Amino acid sequence: MDFYGFEPSSRLFLGTAQYPSPAVLGEAIRASGAEVVTVSLRRESGAARAGQGFWELIRSLGVRVLPNTAGCHSVREAVTTAEMAREVFETDWIKLEVIGEDDTLQPDVFGLVEAARILSESGFRVFPYTTGDLVVAERLLQAGCEVLMPWGAPIGSGRGLNNVFALRAMRAHFPDVPLVVDAGIGLPSHAAAAMELGYDAVLLNTAVAKAGDPARMAAAFAQAVEAGRAAREADPMEPRDMARPSTPVIGRAVLGDA
Amino acid sequence: MTSVAVIGAGVAGLTVASVLAERGAAVSVVDRSPGLGPDQCSWYAGGMLAPWCERENAEAEVVALGMGAADFWAARVPGVVRRGSLVIAPARDSGELRRFARRTENYDWLDREGIDELEPALEGRFQRALLFREEAHLDPRRALSALVGSLEAAGVEVRYGTEAVPDAEWTVDCRGLAAMDRLPELRGVKGEMLYIRSPEVALRRTVRLIHPRIPIYLVPRGDGVYMLGATTIENDERRRITARSMVELLSAVYALHPAFGEAEVVEIGTDARPAFPDNLPRLVRDGRRLHVNGLYRHGFLLAPAMAVRAADIVFGEGTAP
Repeated sequence: MDFYGFEPSSRLFLGTAQYPSPAVLGEAIRASGAEVVTVSLRRESGAARAGQGFWELIRSLGVRVLPNTAGCHSVREAVTTAEMAREVFETDWIKLEVIGEDDTLQPDVFGLVEAARILSESGFRVFPYTTGDLVVAERLLQAGCEVLMPWGAPIGSGRGLNNVFALRAMRAHFPDVPLVVDAGIGLPSHAAAAMELGYDAVLLNTAVAKAGDPARMAAAFAQAVEAGRAAREADPMEPRDMARPSTPVIGRAVLGDA
Repeated sequence: MTSVAVIGAGVAGLTVASVLAERGAAVSVVDRSPGLGPDQCSWYAGGMLAPWCERENAEAEVVALGMGAADFWAARVPGVVRRGSLVIAPARDSGELRRFARRTENYDWLDREGIDELEPALEGRFQRALLFREEAHLDPRRALSALVGSLEAAGVEVRYGTEAVPDAEWTVDCRGLAAMDRLPELRGVKGEMLYIRSPEVALRRTVRLIHPRIPIYLVPRGDGVYMLGATTIENDERRRITARSMVELLSAVYALHPAFGEAEVVEIGTDARPAFPDNLPRLVRDGRRLHVNGLYRHGFLLAPAMAVRAADIVFGEGTAP
């Protein structure tokens, strides 16, 4: 599975916001083994290149940057931010966020599809942050997206996979589209569960950045993603309602009066 | 007598100059700005002397270096308020308050009665809080001005509006972000803050409101005036506050107490803090030039310990790491 022709060796994508310091961020990225990191571009700092110092630090980590349009509420805002990001980070990759509601940071899926179409037409490789809605997913693919990133739970909530049914349905419905669970992951077990569902990668930020020891948590996530992926490939057993003894009874010694 | 030229009259430079002068060096201070004021980023500092709270989002070294700051300042400048700091969260973010408690130490849990007794202005509004009793705050502008006064009284010349560094055996470079020409790892981290006047709400100590997106603090400056801070944005732009930042700061303080909705906005301030990649301060020695820099969000908290270390090097009792 590749993402617009790029095949990362790690299926863990990491956000770069909210760390105690750039040094801690660097340690966490190294410990995670992530090769793809997201960076949000505040629009106000784009023109003046005022965030240069921080961006230099990210670039020096030798990872692939996936700029995002975090905090954008309209199509136009998202498109402008994406264009700025392309110039600053010299990449046509863009994680597309169009926020529809401030308390849940839920995507505005109508604006998302529209922005995805505009950006795809102007050559961007779009990674859309979306919900678990299959019809929206279909429209995003029609708009030119070749990757889908449904949420696990609201951004920063750490609630895990809120709607496993929807995520499973999306995997089944789009067997050949690279799928990434983006947002809501709080624990390594959530990431492992996403990978067990057959997702191709997970993207998270707060769970690592706000941990007491971000580097250690990043390593834990790396292991969980590996474990979940390996489990998926190993073809897990089907769950059953009734017990089935794991020790065969044939040949068991017969005790008693006989 | 050891002679030392200090470049930069922000909190780092003035603190270094004070410690050196106290220990008998012949000190002079130069600063390129026209005077003590908005050209130094210390001008916009909160002035919190809160090492234990800072641990929530900073390395343990910040606690170790900052523990003595309140004593240092109380011995040298007027207006150090030692009533602790109060950390509160709205009910729906009580999990964030527990996380804050797990990451820090040296506090007591307060219940609603405890909060109301300590800060009657907040009566009935919050159920749980953390009180860091040993923490303090000061007014940075008053403190800097007092330091300049006592330096001058001790015969130390503080010259503004010049970049001409006097001849001296040692140079201590405390230029903050301007020292990027010699310290390429330095970067600016933008901070935005407001001064508001709200005589209706009488808070007696620093109050921090935890919020997952917009954590704020409010430092009383007396007469109903508060410093409301502060954003932390990864860019080095110095002179522009955005509507978004202002809206976020003000809506958070409104959540602390609705009466702040009537507050007068007295001043809007913004500058960039000098920081190294680990957000910890550094002493960097280059021959007889010594840099004290990277105080980041902790200028008044960490300057005293850094000044003592700088003086130890000048007097041959310490080494730069």
